[in-house]
Amino acid sequence: MLTVLLILIPLVTGLIAFGLKGSGPKTLGLISSLASLAVTIAALFQFRSAPESLSHSCNWIPQLGAGFSVGLDGMGMMLSLLTSISFVLIFIVINKREYDRANSFYALMLLSQAGLMGVFAAYDAMLFYFFWELALIPVYFLCSLWGGEKRIPVTFKFFVYTFAGSLLMLIGIIYIYLQTPDHSFSYASFTTAALPKETQSCLFWLFFVAFAIKMPIFPFHTWQPDTYEQSPTPVTMVLSGIMVKMGLFGVIRWLLPVLPQGAYVWSDVAIVLSIIGIVYASCIAIVQSDFKRLIAYSSIAHIGLMSAAIFANNEQSLQGVLVQFFNHGINIIGLWIIVEIIQDRLKVKSLNELGGIAAYAPRMATFLVIISFANIALPLTNGFIGEFLMFSGLYQYNPWFMAVAGLGVILGAVYTLNMVQKVIFGQPNQLTETTTDLRGNELLALGVIVAIILVLGVYPKPMLELVQSTTELVNKVY
Amino acid sequence: MNALISTALSGVLMMFAGLFVKNKQSIKFVAIVALLICFAANLAELCTLQGGSRTLYGMITVTNFSVLFNAVAFGATLLYFMLSGSAFEKVGEHVSDYFALVFFILSGISLASSFSSLLMLFLAIEIISIPQYILAGSDKKSPKSSEASLKYFLMGSFSTGILLMGITLIYGATGSFLISELGIGDGAISPLALCGVILIAFALSFKVSAAPFHFWTPDVYDGSPSVFTSFMATVVKAGSFIAFIRLFHGAFTGTISKDWQLLLALVTAATLIIGNFTAVFQQSVKRMLAYSSIAQAGFMLLSVIAFSDFAVKGIILYAAAYSIATIGIFAVLIKMKDYTFDGFNGLAKKEPLVAAVTTICLLSLAGIPLTAGFFAKYYVLTAAVQEGNLFWLVIIAVICAAISVYYYFRVIMAMYFKSGEPGVEEMNGRFKFLLVVTAAIVILLGVFPGLLLQFA
Repeated sequence: MLTVLLILIPLVTGLIAFGLKGSGPKTLGLISSLASLAVTIAALFQFRSAPESLSHSCNWIPQLGAGFSVGLDGMGMMLSLLTSISFVLIFIVINKREYDRANSFYALMLLSQAGLMGVFAAYDAMLFYFFWELALIPVYFLCSLWGGEKRIPVTFKFFVYTFAGSLLMLIGIIYIYLQTPDHSFSYASFTTAALPKETQSCLFWLFFVAFAIKMPIFPFHTWQPDTYEQSPTPVTMVLSGIMVKMGLFGVIRWLLPVLPQGAYVWSDVAIVLSIIGIVYASCIAIVQSDFKRLIAYSSIAHIGLMSAAIFANNEQSLQGVLVQFFNHGINIIGLWIIVEIIQDRLKVKSLNELGGIAAYAPRMATFLVIISFANIALPLTNGFIGEFLMFSGLYQYNPWFMAVAGLGVILGAVYTLNMVQKVIFGQPNQLTETTTDLRGNELLALGVIVAIILVLGVYPKPMLELVQSTTELVNKVY
Repeated sequence: MNALISTALSGVLMMFAGLFVKNKQSIKFVAIVALLICFAANLAELCTLQGGSRTLYGMITVTNFSVLFNAVAFGATLLYFMLSGSAFEKVGEHVSDYFALVFFILSGISLASSFSSLLMLFLAIEIISIPQYILAGSDKKSPKSSEASLKYFLMGSFSTGILLMGITLIYGATGSFLISELGIGDGAISPLALCGVILIAFALSFKVSAAPFHFWTPDVYDGSPSVFTSFMATVVKAGSFIAFIRLFHGAFTGTISKDWQLLLALVTAATLIIGNFTAVFQQSVKRMLAYSSIAQAGFMLLSVIAFSDFAVKGIILYAAAYSIATIGIFAVLIKMKDYTFDGFNGLAKKEPLVAAVTTICLLSLAGIPLTAGFFAKYYVLTAAVQEGNLFWLVIIAVICAAISVYYYFRVIMAMYFKSGEPGVEEMNGRFKFLLVVTAAIVILLGVFPGLLLQFA
């Protein structure tokens, strides 16, 4: 029942928010996200004692064999934790911001949360597809209505890309559905469909393209930097922190267990594409002068590593990916919060116009340094354990792949430190002298993020335990 | 049976109503009441059928499926009357006659959903077509309307001739008009019968505006008064599809099905590609909707090609989803002063509710989940995937569906993301309420398609 609540709370409050005025939507958004967080924590406790109780299933379209089956395993739990924490943080940071048509803004944000939760909880292929698309619609409107100058063509490209990908996946779902003995969309029927190897290797691409566009990995990534740049920053946080996980999640939840042989046949290709993405995106990030684009490309590089590790598919690499799901989300949202603050204060996003902020906003500078270190996975930060496990898993799969992917770490250090240097050190100019330090709400959000970074950096055990059940399960199927 | 009789009688009633009822509002009211009676009479037949079928002189066989389809067609028409019925008055003087013609078309549709003889098929197609020629030309002051009517009439009669020729050839090959006795698919195929089947397939492709027989569609839909385009593009098109699917699934099965399947698969591919690609380049929303109707016909054709339970359910759901969404969009379009995409600029600011409903209808046409259009597309695609050898067609269909997002979203972008002062007529509370009902139906069918399909 808790799982259903996690979808229902943002859905209902989102619909209510459309009708509110003044500061109503803002307050409702915060309350709703806190309520979701509370339910997630309750679910976390229940997950430890009785994981089955989080599954819920009832009839939906009996004529089709589609049911409303939701549940949370370790991975789902992790992602719902990430989603609820992120939305609380986002709402805290934008608390002082005034948006034009605030009711629609908050309503759409909450609806996108409902869609995301649905994707992570669905245990029925039709339901999964449903939420997969639904998460997209509010984000499309958010970007197009509140985004930057070029928002309309850019978000439209984003929409068409992902929609085309999902339609291909729909064909794949339909095909597998027709092959299931009992004509059902349930997860159990899908994973036991046991299709012949040739079929699996064809179907692989229908699913892979959909997921690859969402992640995004090379060469399906072209929508991403533009969209991140043009979206309003809170939406970018949702996109880069949580939504990209949809693609990775789809691979682990659906692609690997349903089409194990297909994934086996094509895993080298998928890993090579991912690794090209890492190196390519890192190189572009080095020469970026736009703050937002730099982080967007850095995100492509990180996602590429996760995708490579998933297709390496051994226990260590998967464990690393799942831990990194959470940590990457937290770190990148931290970076975006700082971008949002700087952009709000100084109205610029070019790195060349920044500099010397450390003297005027020491606390912000400290936070930026810590989060950047986590972003390049320095030991003692949360990023370290995940990357270490992923590299170790990738090494077991093929040392050469690991060697090339490892370049990403070095290049990552180059562009991240370069960014830190340009933003907070160096000579202050007239503009940056006007910087003021963090306000209460910003301090709170960044403080939470830094606390998570440090605690999980030193003591990652709870995270590893949480995802253990999922990694074991996936490997058994494989 | 009830549907056929009640609609024909209502048509006559409406003609006389024009004599005695002078108030135009009351005429609309009479029409709605008559349609409600037809709807109820049609459903009442379910009790007498009891799951079986009822045959009349070998000419008409009424089944559950026919009744269900009639219910969808009448329901969509009811929505259409309530949303756009007032716009009839603006077309011309003879309001009651327009309603009468619509009722005659409906009786043609109820015949199309229940014929069991080729002669009845011919009658059904003609009863559907002739009133449309008149409706297309009903705006006598507009040369475009007359052009549409003439064009439609010439092309339509030509295709009717082809249909008749096909029927004749089949009669020559089999010696019967009765679908149950044709048996052209048993054993060796007679060349005469094959020619007949192909000619009928072409004629019906013309009626559902499938490429390459679609050239009349944009001009006719664009030239006709918008309020009638709304009806012609939705309920009437669905009615022709029902004739198509009944004939090809009922009579032309067996060995012959492989021959026409390939032919129609090519027609479908052409329809999807031409419809979607041309719609992208339109500047007028009305013309875009005309091409969109061609594109949507391509999807419906998928269910004609595929033999399965999914196909039959799919066509019912598709007819409902497509008709309701398009009727909703046309109801808004009729109120607009400027039919171009730019005419919709800034509508969301001026009329947020109307813009939201239009958005939901457009999303349904694009096939986004949570709307009826998604499950409609889902069913026809599943039917095609199940057919096995049509995978290439499914991929084309999916790519075309992605393209369709482009032109449907142009309207959404204009309404929400561009600013402007849209010229729009006054919309009263009742109209807005009905629009909300339309959107609610679209979403309800999008979440629980079982509501409709449990009867199929």
